[in-house]
Order: sequence, then C-alpha cells, then structure tokens
Amino acid sequence: MIVFDGVEKRFGDNVVLSDLDFTVAPGEHVTLIGPSGSGKTTILRLLMSLEAVNAGTITVAGRYLSHMEKGGKLVPADEKHSREVRKHIGMVFQQFNLFPNMTVRGNLIEAPTRVLGLSKDEANARAEELLDLVGLREKIDEHPSRLSGGQQQRVAIARALAMRPDVLLLDEVTSALDPELVAGVLALLRDIGETTDITILCVTHEMGFARDFSHRVMMFDGGQVIEDAPPQRLFSAPEHPRTKEFLKAVLERG
Amino acid sequence: MSQQIWDWNYAFAILPLLLEGLGLTLVATVLGSIVAMVLGLVLAVLQRGPRPLAVVVRGFVELVRSTPLLVQIFFLYFVLPQFGIVLSALTVGVIALGVHYACYTSEVYRAGIDAVPRGQWEAATALSLPRSRVWTGVVLPQAVPRVVPALGNYVISMFKEVPLLTAIGLLDVVGRAQEAGDTYFRYVEPYTIAGLLFLLLSYPASLLVRRLERRVGTI
Repeated sequence: MIVFDGVEKRFGDNVVLSDLDFTVAPGEHVTLIGPSGSGKTTILRLLMSLEAVNAGTITVAGRYLSHMEKGGKLVPADEKHSREVRKHIGMVFQQFNLFPNMTVRGNLIEAPTRVLGLSKDEANARAEELLDLVGLREKIDEHPSRLSGGQQQRVAIARALAMRPDVLLLDEVTSALDPELVAGVLALLRDIGETTDITILCVTHEMGFARDFSHRVMMFDGGQVIEDAPPQRLFSAPEHPRTKEFLKAVLERG
Repeated sequence: MSQQIWDWNYAFAILPLLLEGLGLTLVATVLGSIVAMVLGLVLAVLQRGPRPLAVVVRGFVELVRSTPLLVQIFFLYFVLPQFGIVLSALTVGVIALGVHYACYTSEVYRAGIDAVPRGQWEAATALSLPRSRVWTGVVLPQAVPRVVPALGNYVISMFKEVPLLTAIGLLDVVGRAQEAGDTYFRYVEPYTIAGLLFLLLSYPASLLVRRLERRVGTI
C-alpha cells in the first residue's frame, strides 16, 4: 500500500531521513516509535505531502505521491497530482486543527461536498453516521470551541474518515489531551482499527496502545528504521540497544 | 460685517454649504474605503501567491507606502491627462485614497492571515480542499474578523485625509470652507466649523472602533 524507496529528507543541513526504505501492506496498522527528532512525524507529513522529499520516491496504492510520470520520466508532482493522491489519505493531528469558523457539521461536510462532490444530503448523512460512531451526534451543530479536547479530537477523526480514506495517518493524536480524555480517543481508534480495513500509520507515545493496536512497530533513530517487528516481540524482547534504551526511558516515565 | 471674532449669522449662513461639502467628503470616504478594503485584501492574498507575482505586488505596496498621498493625487490628476486619461476630481480622489490605503490595509490583512495557525492550512491541505476554498472557507473567515477594528482605524484616517483633494479643486467640506473664506474674507467660522464637523464624526467613530477592539481582541 505504501512504499518508501530511498527517501531522504533534509531541512537545510539537518538530515532528518536518510535512504529510508520500508513497505506497509494494505490494512496493516503500523506504529512508529522513537525519540523526538527521529523523523517519525516527518514520515507522516511526507505522506500527507505537507513536505516534499529531497531524494527517493514514495508510492501509495501504486501511485507516485511526491512525483508523477510525465513523458516516461519522473518529475516532481504538481498541485493537481498531489491533491488527487491525497484524497485517499486522511490525517489526524496532535492539535486537532478543526476549523473554528465552522460547526461540527460544517467541518464534516466541507471536504466531502467540495472535494468528493457529494450532495449536501449525502454528506450530512455521512456526518451523522460518523458522529454516531464517535459518540458525539448531539454536538453536530456546536462550534469546536464549545467541545473538550477529547471531543474535538474525536470530531477530527470523524472528519478524516468522512473522506473514506484508504490510509489514515495519526500524528500523536493523544499528546495534547488531558490524561482522563486519552482513553476515549484510544478506544475509538481501536474500534476503527477493528471494524475497517483502513491502512493506519500511527506516531504515538502510548506504548500500551501501540502494543495491542499495531500489527507492526517500527523503531526510528537518526532517520533510520533500526528495528521493525510485531509489537509482542519488540516490546518484550527488543534487540537493538537503542530500542532497549528508548523503551526503558518511556516505560519509566509512563 | 462687524469685526467681532465670531459671527453667528455668518456661521449659520455658510453652514448649508459646508454640510454639502461634508456630504462629498463622506462619499469620497465611503467609496475610497470600499476600494481600500477590497484591493487591500487582494494585495494581501497575492503576496502569499507564486513568488514572481508576490515580489511585484510587494514592490507596488512599498512604492505607494513610500510616496506622499498628495504626490499620488497630483500624478493621477495632472500627469495622466498627458496620456489621454482625464478623470474627475472625485474619481481621482477615490482611486488615490483607495489605492493608497489599500497598501496599508493589505498589511493589516496580512497580519490577520499570518495569525491563522499553520495547522489550519495543514488540515485544509490534508482534506484536499482546493486552494481557493482554503482561502474563502478556512483562512479568511478566521483572519478578517480579527482585523476589522484595525481596518476601521484606517477608514477614520482616510476620512481626515479627504481635504487633500481640495488641492485638485474638490469641494469637500474644507474646500467649501476655503471658498466661503475667500468670498467673505472671514476664515474663523468656516474653518472652525469644518474642524468641528470632522471631530463630531471622527471621535464617535473611534470610540466605536475601540469597542470593537475590545470585542474581537487585538492581534
């Protein structure tokens, strides 16, 4: 579903990802862990084409993301191509990023009507269905500022799902939440993981969640995957010394 | 006419003319403000556009901001006719005030746009919203309300700069005062009344802006 091939990303002189290769199968749930600055979030941002690669290629569902084919050659993707590929990818952000000038309903029907061309009725039906799923049906006509952080994040998840994405990117979605609100959001994500076949890439510091939600965990350090294993194996018997060190630090803190 | 300092009869006699002039001042302010609000927004958005265009727009804004309004008025009124473009004093006034202030309001809009968090752009991008819709649906509805008080202050400034147009013969309130003074050789009443008329409108307007400021918070 997702293929990174020799991907390099630099910010100025700072090399964030170097010669990165990995593959994610359709329907797979992959969690990226690692110290901050290890490039996990950058991977999600590259997939969302919020950043462009400096070298290498990324393909999603067999289509180039950062490039496009033109006259048999690979050229950097233009805005139209990016938007086309992006339609199949949804993202949920640490800071929710709901549109404060719209109601919950407005947030949910905006892209389906404008981008997918759904009618207002279809989009509304989809919005209501998703709000049922996230348990916030009664908030449909509220503005985001009237919701708690946990509720906002659940609406943001519903907003991403309203586009019926094939790939869902979760960027530290519980990091900005008060501790008592984290469980509700994680339960929702588990539910989505079980009831859909969406491919999910997740950056998180919730190791318990990573353990029972993911099929695979990738440990990042210095812009490289240093360990890639099923969670049971990686958490109980990490092989790489950096992984051991990282898990020890995280578990002590948690 | 007696030589008292203030002649009430004279003051009342010229008042209708001054009020007529005030009407023209208000017309110039309203039309100029519309130009400044709309063009300023366009200039602000273009400065976020493709690089060559953004540089040209930036250059234009700097040029207009760095030259006196009076010079711009004279240029439109006295230089353009050399190229076959003859405009009335009011038209020149509206264009000059509008464009001049647009370059200031564009900075205000820009500050408002910059204050919209990056996450909003990213969320809109992640939803694949077309660029035009990101502006009209997400960014501007958040940016513009915050800058309304600052825009209001520029409208008030513009109102007080309309008298510059007397230099090209526009009979605004100060133009009328000048006319009355030159006719009757009494200047105290007409200029005092003209000043009071400005005060009477500007001061309440600035109080209104201050109330707005408190409501939306400043940026």
